[in-house]
Amino acid sequence: MAIDDNRLEDWVELFDEACDYKVVTRENVEQNLPNVLMWCDNKNMLRDRVESYRQVNLYNLHYDRHVLGPLRFVKQEGSAWTFEVSYSLFQTELEGASRLFSVGRYRVEARVEDGVGRLKSVSVVADTGLVPSLLATPI
Amino acid sequence: MNAEIRWPRNDYSRVPFRLHHDEEIYALEMERIFRGPAWSYLCLEAEIPSPGDFRTTWVGDTPVVVSRAKDGTIHAFVNRCSHRGAMIVRELRGNAERHVCLYHRWCYSGSGELTGLPFRKGLKGEGGMPEDFDMKTVSPRKMKVDNCAGMLFGTFQPDQAEPLESYLGEFGTGIIRRFLNRPLRILGYSRQLIAGNWKLYAENLRDTYHASLLHEFFVTYGVDRATQKGGVKMDERHRHNMNHAFAATDTQEDAKAAYADTAARLDRMQLRDRKLLSFANEFPDGMNLAAPTFFPNGLLIQINNSLATRQIRPKGVGAHEVFQTVFGYADDDAAMTRHRLMSTNLVGPAGFVSMEDGEAIEVVQKATRSAAGAAAIVEMGGRGPLRDLAHRVTETPIRGFWSYWAELMGVEPAGAIR
Repeated sequence: MAIDDNRLEDWVELFDEACDYKVVTRENVEQNLPNVLMWCDNKNMLRDRVESYRQVNLYNLHYDRHVLGPLRFVKQEGSAWTFEVSYSLFQTELEGASRLFSVGRYRVEARVEDGVGRLKSVSVVADTGLVPSLLATPI
Repeated sequence: MNAEIRWPRNDYSRVPFRLHHDEEIYALEMERIFRGPAWSYLCLEAEIPSPGDFRTTWVGDTPVVVSRAKDGTIHAFVNRCSHRGAMIVRELRGNAERHVCLYHRWCYSGSGELTGLPFRKGLKGEGGMPEDFDMKTVSPRKMKVDNCAGMLFGTFQPDQAEPLESYLGEFGTGIIRRFLNRPLRILGYSRQLIAGNWKLYAENLRDTYHASLLHEFFVTYGVDRATQKGGVKMDERHRHNMNHAFAATDTQEDAKAAYADTAARLDRMQLRDRKLLSFANEFPDGMNLAAPTFFPNGLLIQINNSLATRQIRPKGVGAHEVFQTVFGYADDDAAMTRHRLMSTNLVGPAGFVSMEDGEAIEVVQKATRSAAGAAAIVEMGGRGPLRDLAHRVTETPIRGFWSYWAELMGVEPAGAIR
């Protein structure tokens, strides 16, 4: 939701300070290859990425729209929850044309403390290995 | 087929936009360049280490299988069944002694020779292929493959092509050996589909002018600035090139004076996590940025400790795929592998210093569709003769690219420079 509304700073706040966010492709995962498209291994790296998007990087002007589901619960260990959820991500250009930008699956580990959930780890495994145009705003 | 091109100037300082949109020119490029005497980059030897290993790739718009035979020799052949034209190998990679077409089960050896076909003698004495059908004469077309230090190149016209060694020149073979100086470890792949003609990407790689302007991350965080020591080098024929820079050879003051628009940002913006930019010098030459590019479709790229090859795969006149193979060395420890992957945040489809290229190329393609009679200006760094430069604000290698392109296409203007 935060990404779709272009509230990237709010999206960063969903994460724990000690967190991991990674975008990989299914082609690499299936070959046991570690290559990443994007990798932040703490919250400061996420902050840096968002700040760079806002002030430094230039990319295709677009709206994002995530469609999620179904969600599959994997495990709970104390306050840590792990689940997987499929996504479709559509991009819409300023002139209104939409396209399917990426489809794949999140594996998410979240920690719930005092009724507040924080993301510990988000691993995006994109089936769409052939990135259309470029990948700027996170999936 | 004969394309007629009106070059406004014989030094390629004007490039007609039509060359990125014309279907007929695209078809000629596939024939005269990619299926012609040029050496195209295929893949790395490290991707097919064992006998029977194969990978599928593309040379221009031609599907190709690269394989290692039982005796260790490397082969490349067109991935198209001799019978009815089906793609023989549909996997990205694998290991096989033979390849069987799914359609009528025609069978090929690992190196691409047709070795058998079902019902060749008919069934119960009826039907079958004519007596004089000779399997040897219909095997898929082969490429000649040659290996430079582990980087595999192939050509469809070995009789017309120069030897690979002289095609790459001292410049090319030297820089490939610099990158591939010991056994590699493949870290993985990335792919990007850019809605622009493939030559716009080839130009982008030869344009050091844009690097620190389009990619403001470079300047803002001091990864690469035109004020650093560096330059562009070309081979003798000016078809290949290398943009390069040496780490830590400028000062913040040099940069501020050169980049007035971004000067304010240079002091204000700092990465919270600097490890993204950390560079462990691992080459005797001290370069932290090197991007040697080989006509028509290959390049090696180093940005700090991120290393990769890229292959340009034309996908029709208005699109191309950039296929990137990210690697490290077999003797990297776990910390170095992690550092290389971290540095990969800088490059690739989501790279801090590369994402803009996709956008720049797409907006050129969009805006020039209606500019058939107009031409791009390529004069930064000078007009006339093509030569290496010890500075980094130049587009000269773009003119070098077009000079060799025009030579292979047979469309050089009168009095053309080479």
